[in-house]
Formats: sequence, C-alpha cells, structure tokens
Amino acid sequence: MEGNFNEKDDMKIDVHSPGNQQPKKVSHEFSFDYLKVYYGKLFPYSDIFRWMSYGNDGKHPACDESYFSRREFSFTLENDVYLRFQSFKSATDLENSIKEKCPSKIDIGPVYSVDPSKRHAYVQAGNNVFTPVERELVFDIDITEYDDIRYCCSGSDICLNCWPLMAIAIKVIDTALRDDFGFNHILWVYSGRRGVHCWVCDGRARRLSNEARSSITDYFHVYKGSENGLKKASLTGLALHPFLARAYTDVLLDYFERTLIHNQKLFSVEDRYEKILDIIPDKSVASEIHEKWQGNKRSSTSEEGRWDQLKSMLQSGKHKGLRRSVEEIVFSYTFPRIDMEVSKHMNHLLKAPFCVHPKTGRVCVPIDPKHCDDFDPTSIPTLSLLLEELNAGGVQMDVENDWERTSLDQSIRFFRSSFLQPLMKSCKEEMESSYSARVQQSNKTSLGW
Amino acid sequence: MEILRSKKKPTAEAASNLSLYRCAPSLEVRLDDFELYAIDRLRVLKGISNGLSRGKTPDEMKTLVNELWRTNMRHPDVTQIINKDLISHFVLRLVYCRTDELRKWFLSMETTLFRYRFRLESLESQRMLMAEFQLPYKALNYVEYERVKDKLTQVSRSIGQSSNVDTIFFKVPFEEVPELVANRRVFLLKGNAYVAMNQVKWTSTIREQEKDRLTPIVEALGSSYLGPDYSQPMEFTDISLKDIDQLANTSFPLCMRHLFNRLREDHHLKHGGRMQLGLFLKGVGLNLENALAFWRAEFSQKVGSERFDKEYAYTVRHNYGKEGKRTDYTPYSCQKIISVTPSVGDHHGCPYRHFSEENLRAALSKMGVGGRAMDDVMDKVRNRHYQLACTMTFETIHAASCDSGINHPNQYFIQSRKLLEPKGQSLS
Repeated sequence: MEGNFNEKDDMKIDVHSPGNQQPKKVSHEFSFDYLKVYYGKLFPYSDIFRWMSYGNDGKHPACDESYFSRREFSFTLENDVYLRFQSFKSATDLENSIKEKCPSKIDIGPVYSVDPSKRHAYVQAGNNVFTPVERELVFDIDITEYDDIRYCCSGSDICLNCWPLMAIAIKVIDTALRDDFGFNHILWVYSGRRGVHCWVCDGRARRLSNEARSSITDYFHVYKGSENGLKKASLTGLALHPFLARAYTDVLLDYFERTLIHNQKLFSVEDRYEKILDIIPDKSVASEIHEKWQGNKRSSTSEEGRWDQLKSMLQSGKHKGLRRSVEEIVFSYTFPRIDMEVSKHMNHLLKAPFCVHPKTGRVCVPIDPKHCDDFDPTSIPTLSLLLEELNAGGVQMDVENDWERTSLDQSIRFFRSSFLQPLMKSCKEEMESSYSARVQQSNKTSLGW
Repeated sequence: MEILRSKKKPTAEAASNLSLYRCAPSLEVRLDDFELYAIDRLRVLKGISNGLSRGKTPDEMKTLVNELWRTNMRHPDVTQIINKDLISHFVLRLVYCRTDELRKWFLSMETTLFRYRFRLESLESQRMLMAEFQLPYKALNYVEYERVKDKLTQVSRSIGQSSNVDTIFFKVPFEEVPELVANRRVFLLKGNAYVAMNQVKWTSTIREQEKDRLTPIVEALGSSYLGPDYSQPMEFTDISLKDIDQLANTSFPLCMRHLFNRLREDHHLKHGGRMQLGLFLKGVGLNLENALAFWRAEFSQKVGSERFDKEYAYTVRHNYGKEGKRTDYTPYSCQKIISVTPSVGDHHGCPYRHFSEENLRAALSKMGVGGRAMDDVMDKVRNRHYQLACTMTFETIHAASCDSGINHPNQYFIQSRKLLEPKGQSLS
C-alpha cells in the first residue's frame, strides 16, 4: 500500500521522477487547495456511485436498496487522521462528505452485512453479525517489488524503462482472469505513483470466499525465496502448467528479448549478467559463459547476441537439468509480482480510482489492458495540469461536466464505455434472472399448496 | 433424517461400508457410547495426524489407516459398525467445528481418512460412491475431453504424473477445489477446474455445512474432547517477566526463540511477528499486564513509549480479547505458522520452512544441535517435514523422546517444562 501522506513532504517536488516534463504555470506540487477544486468540479461521483451500486440503485423489484450504504469507505485526511467505516446512503451523500472532508486518499473496503457506520450497535447485540459479505477481487502490483531486477530507477520511482514490467503483469493477469477464471468485468487503474491496481467486479468474484481468493493469489505466484537478493522463479515438473506456458510464449519471452534485455542492459553490465548466470544450477556452465563474456569483449558484443549464446548453450542438451534454466531466467525477470496479502482477504482496503496521489499529484486513472504498452505513467493528468486546463477554458464551452474540458475527459469516457456500461448491463441481467427464478420458485410453491 | 446408506440396503453385497456423512443419523445413542465412539475415532485421526507429520509415504499411510481403522473402529456387533462410524464422525464434527483452526485439522484428517478408505474399496463400489455424491461435478463427455485433452496432459506432466487415458475428468467450479487451484494442479478454463478422478478431494461435501446450526449445541457440549487450543495457559499459570529470558532459552521452540531474540535486539517486530509471539506468550502464561509491560519495554526503546501506547498497546489488548470484537484469540498452531508467507523484514513463520539452510544451521547449532542430529534435522527439512524437524530438535536438546510429535509451539513449551521442571515445583 502507498505510504501515508506526510505534511512535510507536500512542498517537495519529486525530482527523481524522470517525467518532469511539464514546467507549466500552475506550480507542480500537490496542495489541498487544488484538491478542493478537484473534488468540487472534477471527481466523477456519479460514476463511482453507479459502479459501487452494482445495479441496486435502480427501480427493479430485486434491487437491494441498502447495498451501497453497506459499503465501507475510508478517508485519509490532511492531518493524517484516518477515518474508517464511513458509509453513505446516496451519491449526493458521498459527494457532500468528500467535498467537506477533502480526503487526500479515499479507500474502498468491502460490503458488510450491515451498515458499517452503525457496526457498534450490532456488536453490542452480541451475535457476530457485522461481517464482510462482498468484495471485489483486487490485486495490487508495486514496481518496488521488482527492485532486484530493474536498474533504471528504484523505490517508488517508475519510468518508461521499467513500465514494461507493469505492462507484462497487466497482460498476464488480465488474460488469466478472463480465460482461466472466466471473469469479464475487470478494471485496471494506475495507482498514482508506483504501480497498478486491479478490480475484478463480476458477481462471482465479489462473492468469493477468502479461501478461494487465496487460491487465485497462489495460482499467480511462482517465486520461491530470495537467494542472493534475487527473487527466483522456481519451475518444476516435466512441463509448464498451461497458464505459465501461455504467459511464457505469449508475453514473457517476447518482452524479455525485445524490451527488457535492452531497456535494463541485462547482458552488457557485468554484475547484471552475473546475477542472471547465478540462476543456472550448473556452476561450471555459468562460469564458462562468464569467462567468455568477460575476457572477450569484442565478439558477441550485442546483448541479444549474448542471450542467444546463453540460450543455445542451455538448450543444447549437453548438460543435464538445464533446460528449465532459460525459462527460470525469463520468469525471474518478467513474471508478475503481486502483493499477495492484498488479494487474500475480503476486508483489505484499496485506494479508489480517480483519487489524486498526494506525493505525485497524479490522478489514478484507468488503464486499458489492451493498450497498456502505450500507457505512460509520467505523462498522465496531474492535479496541476487539470487545474490549468480548467482555468484555460475560462469562457464556458458548451459542456455538461467540467471534466470534459480537461484531459480527464478521455479517462472518464474510457471508464464508462469499457467498464461501467458492460458491468451495468450484466448486473441488470443477473438481477432479472435471479428475480424470475425467485418468482418461478414461489409460483411453484404456491401451486403445490 | 435418515442414514444415506440405508437407502441402498437391498444391494448390501456390493455396497461398501464407506459413508458419505451426508446427514446426521437419527439414532438413539447411549451416552457412554457417544463418548466412547468419539474417543475411538479420535485415536484414528490422531494416528493419521502423527503418521503424516512423521512423513510416512502414501503406501505406509495406507497400511497405517487400514490398521488404525480396524483396531479402533470395530464393534462386537457387526451391524453396529456403520453406526459407530456415523455417530463418532458426527460427534467429532460437533466438537471440532468450534474454531477455524480445529475445523481445519478435523477436515484435513477426515479427508485423509476418507481418501485411504476410498482407495481400499473395490472399483465397483468406488463408482457407486461417486454416483451417490451428487456433486456439482460433471464428468467430461468425449467431445469436451477431446477439446482440452492436450491441456490436461500438460497439467499432469507439470505435476509429475503420467497422464492416463482412462482417467475420468470432472468439470467443477474452481471455487470448489481451492487447494488444487492454488498449487496449479488442475487445468482451468472459463471458471471451471478440470479435476481428475484421483484428485477428487471430498472436502466440499462436509465443509462447514453444519457450522451455524450446531454452534449453540456445541457450546453446551463442554470441552472434554477438544484438542488443546492452548488459549489458556495450562499447567504453568502466570509466568513473570524476570523468568522470561530463561524460559525463552530453555523451552521456546525455534520459531518463538527467533522472534524473541529479534525483539530483544531490534526492539521491534512487524505485525505477523507480534501476533505469533504475542499469542504464544499469552498461552505460555504471560498475563495482560505483564504482556503490556514486556512489549512496552522493547518497543519504547525504538519508537518511544508514547507511540507504543498510541499505536501498539491496542493490539496487545486486542490479542487478550480486550478490544474490538473481544475475541480471546488462540495461539497459532504449527500448521498455521508453516502456512504463512513472510516477506522482507518479517521474522514470523516456521524457521524450518522459511530460513535458508545456512541460517537454519546457525540457529540450530546455537540451540545446541550438532553432528548427526543436525544432519537428521536438515534431512527432514529437505523433505519438507518441518514439524518432524522441530520434533527432532526438541528430542535432541531435551535428550528425551517426544512420541506425540510437535504440533503446536505451546505444546513444545509445555512438554519442555514438564521435562525440565521437577513435579509440583514452579519457577517462582
């Protein structure tokens, strides 16, 4: 999870960020005055409300009117005060509270059995009725998890050279969620600084038990231990599981060979390729290659050339038990590293989309998984940019919402067209079918009497 | 309610004695039978649990289960054998549904028992049993099978099993087989898991079905058959702060020793470590007042006592059931500790599982394990018998045998105290 907003830091500009290409008029840093304007004019309350209602805000007889009000929201306020168990009756209720409190961060929790703001009343009643009943299946992937294999930045920084690692994670996990687990309503969001969040919103996903959540998380996990500071993928068995095999041939190998070898200079810097050679279990092979590359700097100069050399040596079949090494290297340098704890339990909180990250001022906008390669975390809308655009449009254009005049327009449109509308449609269908089943059931019962 | 098997009585020849425990029997049971049957079954389950933690092979397990079953579950009246099976199962189900931990243990032992008993059945009765399940499992038809055949072969190769053309596969919602999903032992397609006949695990049939309905009854049943949960300090009530270092040195298992030492050195532990050690100490007999003093003494050196009171004291009280939903939390068992995934900076978990070989060797030799014993312990670790490794460590440093095996850090502690402390004499 992101670190808490710290008052001292809000005047600092993130100088390490390689994407500081916008030295524009509105000063770059985050401020609560800007945030007030953002919440006043730009934050898409109604979209968040419609999403979190899952069709229960309509007129259908099967609607559960209390649904939205049982959802936990949590606010982090300016003075670092953390308010948990906030709940709201309506979109207006939510909007008013956010405008009034101006939280630097909004987290979304599960839907509980009862209104979370009234939980104490239920606790006193004795029986344990206050419990989470629904929660999107969520994933959190932080670039900091990859610090042992990226050399362009470290810590919370992210740049175009390491973004491909995130793109890989999005592609591998998105495909598996759809093809293997059969989910359809998946939202990917940039977390505003160092990673991405994923929200799986199908009814089936929201109702998963903690046990099932753990099992999915484990399904996505291949790393064992961290020897020599490297998270090593451990692959056993005669073949790769179809999920891993598909990830490898469709995504991992390609990114490793075409992008990462070059982006991260994996084979031209000695301590970097040493780390790769460490993965090879047969030390004599590793040192043979090492000598070759070290002593003979001119031949096999290109990085790709070195990788090809290593690959053919490992795959030649001359040495036993090395065939898996090629795959283990690629997996170790590419395979998604999700924060397991976030996904395993229903009651883990996750930052809401369209929040503004208090350190970077960047808005947590949705990412299109189909075009995640083109996503540039360093040039997405920032608070200051949005305000400038608002100011620039001083004379009212003919628009319904203020955000249509800013770069947020694209993000909100994408959120609606590719995520919210299909989701609403399937919520409606699900509601219809469960309702008609119930009606049928009650007809049957009454006939029987 | 009726016993599921009785429906099929006419075909008694082919029918097996294996019950699916679908519904509780509506039999009248004499009170002493009620207890005796349950204890007999408990012997079987404990025996299985021991066998597993001693690392027995599937074949050895098969023999063991068969033997345990025959010695403990027989009955002079042959017609009563099935009833004894049913009654004892349901009594224990009542007793073991109380906490998550107990339920897990019971489920996993019953599942093992069922699996081996199932294997002992003839092919014909295996089929009949499968039909009786009425599971949400649909056997794949030929067309479906052909479509995914390659993937199924790929999966069985990936888990080191030869694929068998005759194997029947079932299509199951993936939520039904979390264990198989977690270990990537099944092929997944659009939300369905393709489970081979020999992987069918039975868990879904008895999982928590009865939890809600029976809780009140169980509360009244008393705790006479409960496997120990160590939530209350047992023999050694109230240990005092001045003894704690000595106790840590002589009677803490490695996992707790490690946490304890890190805490003394770093004056800090992350959440997982605080929980694991904190609850253990509670079970050992550190009362709330002493616990607060203990944690404050360490943490305040690092974060100041004000921050301790503000941020950490709550969790200590919480562990003792004094905050939040006021549950009196139970200390973690080995099973739970082994199953966690500690990340960087964490010190909790099971050292036998989570330490690197080097670190483990160093830690063990500090405890006084060396030579042959060390090799034996490391051998168990390599074969992933972590509890067995811990048991051997215990046996080595106490120079005594521990036949029950180590299943719980607090059990380790209690057995150690029993050996080290002459009867009737307590530390203070």
